Amino acid sequence: MKVDASNPLWRFRGITSTAMFFFAYLYLPIVVLIALSFNENRLATIWTGFTMDWYVTALSNDDMLRAAQNSIVVAVSATVLATIAATLAAMGMSRGRFKGEAGVSAMLVLPLLVPEIVTAIATLLFFVALGIKLGLLTVIIAHTVFCIPFAYLPIRARLEGMDPALVEAANDLYANEWKAFRRVTLPLLWPGILSGAMLSFIISLDDFVISYFVGGAGSTTLPIYIFGMIRIGITPEVNAVSAMMLIVSIVFVSISFMIDRIRY
Amino acid sequence: MGNILRTKRFWLVAPAVVYIGFFMAVPLLQMAYVSVLERGDYGGVNWGAFSMDAYISFIFERDLMDNLVVNTDYLQIFVRSFGLSAMTTVFALLLGFPTAFYISTQPQSRRNFLIFLVTIPFWTNILVRNYAWMLLLRNGGLIDGALNWMGLETGGLDVLYTPYAVSIGLTYTYLPFMVLPIYASLEKLDHRLVEAAFDLGADKRRAMSRVILPLAAPGIAAGCILVFIPCLGAYVTPELLGGGKFMMIANLIGSQFGAARNWPLGAGLGFVLLALVLISMMVYSFKFKSLPEESR
Amino acid sequence: MKLRSALLGASAIAFLSAGSAQAAGDLFFYNWSNYFPPELMEKFEEETGIKVTLDVYDSNETMLAKLQAGASGYDIAVASDYMVDVMIKEGLATKFDAKSLENFGNVAKPHDTMKYDPEREYSVTYLWGTTGFTYDAAAVDGELENSWKEFFEPREEFRGKIGALNDEVEMFNAASYYAGVEKCTEDPAEAQKVLDVLMKQKPYIAVYSSEGTIDRMSAREVQMHMQWNGAAHRTKESIPEAVFVYPKEGLTYWADHFVIPDGAPNLENAKTFINWMMKPENAAEASNYAGYMNSIKGTGEFMDPSLNADPAVNMPEEYADLLIPSQNCSVKARDLRNRVWTKLKN
Repeated sequence: MKVDASNPLWRFRGITSTAMFFFAYLYLPIVVLIALSFNENRLATIWTGFTMDWYVTALSNDDMLRAAQNSIVVAVSATVLATIAATLAAMGMSRGRFKGEAGVSAMLVLPLLVPEIVTAIATLLFFVALGIKLGLLTVIIAHTVFCIPFAYLPIRARLEGMDPALVEAANDLYANEWKAFRRVTLPLLWPGILSGAMLSFIISLDDFVISYFVGGAGSTTLPIYIFGMIRIGITPEVNAVSAMMLIVSIVFVSISFMIDRIRY
Repeated sequence: MGNILRTKRFWLVAPAVVYIGFFMAVPLLQMAYVSVLERGDYGGVNWGAFSMDAYISFIFERDLMDNLVVNTDYLQIFVRSFGLSAMTTVFALLLGFPTAFYISTQPQSRRNFLIFLVTIPFWTNILVRNYAWMLLLRNGGLIDGALNWMGLETGGLDVLYTPYAVSIGLTYTYLPFMVLPIYASLEKLDHRLVEAAFDLGADKRRAMSRVILPLAAPGIAAGCILVFIPCLGAYVTPELLGGGKFMMIANLIGSQFGAARNWPLGAGLGFVLLALVLISMMVYSFKFKSLPEESR
Repeated sequence: MKLRSALLGASAIAFLSAGSAQAAGDLFFYNWSNYFPPELMEKFEEETGIKVTLDVYDSNETMLAKLQAGASGYDIAVASDYMVDVMIKEGLATKFDAKSLENFGNVAKPHDTMKYDPEREYSVTYLWGTTGFTYDAAAVDGELENSWKEFFEPREEFRGKIGALNDEVEMFNAASYYAGVEKCTEDPAEAQKVLDVLMKQKPYIAVYSSEGTIDRMSAREVQMHMQWNGAAHRTKESIPEAVFVYPKEGLTYWADHFVIPDGAPNLENAKTFINWMMKPENAAEASNYAGYMNSIKGTGEFMDPSLNADPAVNMPEEYADLLIPSQNCSVKARDLRNRVWTKLKN
């Protein structure tokens, strides 16, 4: 679609260098974090030698691995649910103005506006009042709630200013609405959906407060586990787990790229 | 036709709204009730015993003679948090907009790769990331050492445990939340438009302000919301990188559910924050409502 | 390996199985992370056939808030003294009469009783420790006085090189000992004295943080740090010159206890676990792992010699009088404390 020669970047000289700076800034701590996972010394501040021991320790720490597994299960489930709900909502909201629109908008970003700890206690009280057994399921429900605005806003931003005629034309073109969605709307929305899903995923993966309060026996997630370590002090074991999460993420990304290749 | 459209729209919006309504709004109503109750002796609340203490103590405190006097402690914490969030938002925008623009000008396959590259660091834990920053920023740490080695510096860097360190860390944490929404809206920019603007004699500034920025505006707005508001609730980064010397809203509210065991005050402070954010968003939308309209 | 399987199994199946494992032979254990040796857990599982699932929290207060809101399903929780008091009064602890357990005879004095649970109907001590401060003797000529003065009104050498715990309760308590004020004071004038001590100290503080105290000392980023004694012990591994001070004004002595939360699904297993932990070899292993003393007689031969040799952990008898038990303060006292803390951080 876009011809390289028309790439306007060369006009705005600062852009490329800022982006390079951005990625350096982003990855600087990550390099440190990974390097430390190989530090023989238990203390981060002293480098005594190279070792793989922390990976061995981490891989034999069943509690921590279970926590990591819980984290991924929760993040994937919440991301999928939130992204679907947010995509539908963004499509609904983009079709012109309507009465009560401001209220609905506010509702969609409400989870963003309330401090986490208040949401956490409120949701816990609510689940207990309903008699729902606390566990991973309740954590997923709560995560989905606060992931919705993170998925919704980028998708909404994507749709803003987009020509509604495109979608309507598609509806005329394909008798089947699902097909119209699949062939036209979805590809149009894709950058927004991808952005929203990624943000949901990382916000869910890092959440401590809400996971802690709405979880039950057996639903400890990785952040909870790591925060709980302060009694004894955090060890490079955590760096090792983080580095392994990065590997998982890279595997994840590679797989999705491969699927992409096959599809197109 | 209009009716069908309305029904369809209703069903599209309903899942998200109903879900949030049931699992968020209803629990919050219960929490609003908690905020006007008497606190329990050992934490929790005395159900059924009403008290407005939580809201009164936001502004007033009882002095030695048991008189109400104005207390600005909480207010100051709110002001500090709003200031820090605003600063973080500006930094994230300054760094995030050019990056999003850069990504949107790359070829398709590269774009998706770069988008992943933006989020991959956040698969690690927030605590470990902050620890890495502490190692980088401390005196005698990696940045300090590198600067010294290059002969650029005498004495310490003296950044860690200052507000500068906090803004470096917060900006870092919230960058993806700025970059991705802007990218999502900029991606639809047809660069031939920009080229056309140049051909018609526009200079860089005009091309930016007339063609690129209007397109990016919804993304910028979404990004600012996604950075500014969550940043108000940040507590880990300010504590670790700021050396725990100054409290943020989240620390204050958290301590009410923690050591102070004062649930009503914690809930009350939460609702004050909610009200402030809602008001500022309303002001914002009244002021800027017409902008996206014009840009179409 | 497991991570990859987690990725593949990132589906509904995983969470269904996680929630429904409540058959006989389970124990849901609620504790800080890395505060219980994993090997010991395995040994327990092997010897008794009970499967242990660990869930964690980051402070007594978050644990309490969660139980108060009605969360249940835990068989054993670990709580500090004042929290045991709250749990008993709030009806969150199960009465199980520890003295009736077979191995209770192994419990050393004075741990056979506790201020908030004198008859030991609800709790048994797991580990205990003290909160003092550590300094790097290499940073100063001569010795420091055994006093909080050195921490709150530091000498020139330590100014700007001091770490404090980022803990409302610990900091308020220490400052109250130094100010000569009751730590659960309900008198605003006395609270003001505590605030004065803390405010005067603030410019000299490099950082308030409860995390990474050992790292900061070892890197010589700070040369004095308020610490729990177990952390002080591990600081000495990298800085042999480090000294743990028992201030003459007194220092907080705290203990963490096993409690059975109300509504524990596996009460008998919980009792089995507590009884098992009162065996000297098991208690000693917990100490060796965590660096804190246990409450069981006859652990000497199983203990790491370095722990026994360290005055920070194995407290010399002469300091016994300095220990002040932690206390569960009234609502009014907690309000004052929180206001002092808020003002300090403003």
